[in-house]
Amino acid sequence: MSDRTGSRTIRSGLRRRESRVAYGFLAPWIVGMVVFTIGPILASLYLSFTDYTLLSPPEWRGLENYQRMLADSRLHKSLLVTFQYVFVSVPVQLALALGLAMLLNRGVRGLPIYRSVYYLPSLLAGSVSIAILWRQIFGSEGLVNQLLAKVGVEGVSWVSHPDFALGTLVVLNAWTFGAPMVIFLAGLRQIPSMYYEAASVDGAGAVSQFFRITIPLLTPIIFFNLILQMIGAFQSFTQAFVVSGGSGGPADSTLLYTLYLYERGFGSFEMGYASALAWTLLVIIAVLTGVNFLFAKRWVFYGD
Amino acid sequence: MTDLTTSAPARPATRADPPARRITKHTLLIVFGVVMIYPLLWMVSSSVKPTEVIFRDPSIWPSQFDLGNYTAGWTALEHPFQHYLWNSAVIAIASIVGNLLSCSLAAYAFARLEFRGRRILFAAMLATMMLPIHVLIVPQYVLFSQLDWINTSLPLIVPKFLATDAFFIFLMVQFIRSLPRELDEAARMDGCGHVRIYWRIIMPLSVPALATSALFTFIWTWNDFFSQLIFLTNPDLYTVPVALRSFMDGQGETAWGQLFAMSIVGLAPIFGFFLAGQRYLTQGLATTGLK
Repeated sequence: MSDRTGSRTIRSGLRRRESRVAYGFLAPWIVGMVVFTIGPILASLYLSFTDYTLLSPPEWRGLENYQRMLADSRLHKSLLVTFQYVFVSVPVQLALALGLAMLLNRGVRGLPIYRSVYYLPSLLAGSVSIAILWRQIFGSEGLVNQLLAKVGVEGVSWVSHPDFALGTLVVLNAWTFGAPMVIFLAGLRQIPSMYYEAASVDGAGAVSQFFRITIPLLTPIIFFNLILQMIGAFQSFTQAFVVSGGSGGPADSTLLYTLYLYERGFGSFEMGYASALAWTLLVIIAVLTGVNFLFAKRWVFYGD
Repeated sequence: MTDLTTSAPARPATRADPPARRITKHTLLIVFGVVMIYPLLWMVSSSVKPTEVIFRDPSIWPSQFDLGNYTAGWTALEHPFQHYLWNSAVIAIASIVGNLLSCSLAAYAFARLEFRGRRILFAAMLATMMLPIHVLIVPQYVLFSQLDWINTSLPLIVPKFLATDAFFIFLMVQFIRSLPRELDEAARMDGCGHVRIYWRIIMPLSVPALATSALFTFIWTWNDFFSQLIFLTNPDLYTVPVALRSFMDGQGETAWGQLFAMSIVGLAPIFGFFLAGQRYLTQGLATTGLK
């Protein structure tokens, strides 16, 4: 009896010591999370109910900022632009990623070279350099129009036309399909080849193998890429900012949510209103991610 | 180019593919690859053309070769361009050191230690991974301005030493979990404490995960524009992205050649790291999607 309690206290003592060691290892991360993540989230919730310009202390205004959001037509435009951007560019990007991964998967000679060429743009695309390049390519005398002129088509200035400016950003996002493609390739490689062999024996053609084996077994990866790229697309800032010269124009047609947030917060230092915008963005992303996870039960296939 | 071809063994083409189909497939892949890479090559070639030519020469073979854009662009801003490269490099290197240290410490605890609240903390870590910086930037700015850190590189560096890039914790946890536990247990038998196991056993074995994290940290920090734009408004502190942007706003439209030249200088380090470490970049990325 005393023996058993003795060993139990030793064991729980060990565990307590391991806990202490663990928290030692976690200390930097915990401090960082409290100071730079949780603290700011709570602070911005508070600030979203205030009027604050950094010059004088925040003044409590209740729901005023949120009421202002309801009436803010530029915000509504910005939400529309953002949703258009996310819901067009992410599917296009993922479809390209999956298509190219399928083409590359079945033992293509020179795979490493193809993979490098397709993957490289996704590492560069976030830079200001590429945004500058895009501004030239889709400008009135840019590369696209020079090439179009060769076939006798006269192009417009894509980046300064309200109907096309957002499209150039969608193209830029599509250009980064290499990152999800690499993840798809890794997922495809994990599908046991015996499934395909068995299907071939049963006389299933390439198309039915694709829809009955590849796609179902790949759904967890598709889901992962979808969540990742969707959250990424909501955060796009650099390209729209640089291509539009910081304005989100022409006619607010590239005014992504992040640009509007930047303009309110750091252009005119309306920190209270910017906080309300930030919190709304957080809620939008959380809700969309939640909806995705809910629907995932219907279409994502997790093996056994 | 040699390491591209040797980095992964090319699997033999599937026997079932008839030659005609194989040719179609390669043609498709090559055409698509050219379309993908054409803008980059054109940018490089345009950087050695006079600006007037950029607007009428869509070919990637430069009709004229002149490094004048590089020499003129290098000194076109308030400071010579190495000033901005240096500012960027300091932030990138400090971020790498910070991320590797702080994220690996947390990853070791998550992967190897039992402690109260582990599940909740792990879930919190995953949640912060998905949190956009834009949600935090306003209060962070308020905090940093109260600390008087605006227009210093501290807001860009200090958080990295406190493991705010949770993605790398996740990546390292996945990796450390794949290492055999027998190694640490043997070391424990010999009386090693956790600090020594972490430093002497786990860290040396985690070089691939650390390399992946270092490369991604470099690329993301080097490309980062949003937070550098907000925290560094003094031209003396401008990093490459912010300097390029001010170049474009200032005179860019009339000096595309110089702007392209400096943009390429800004991209070159990323391209270099990509060539040197693409094995880590592709493998590291691939493992994040798999369980």
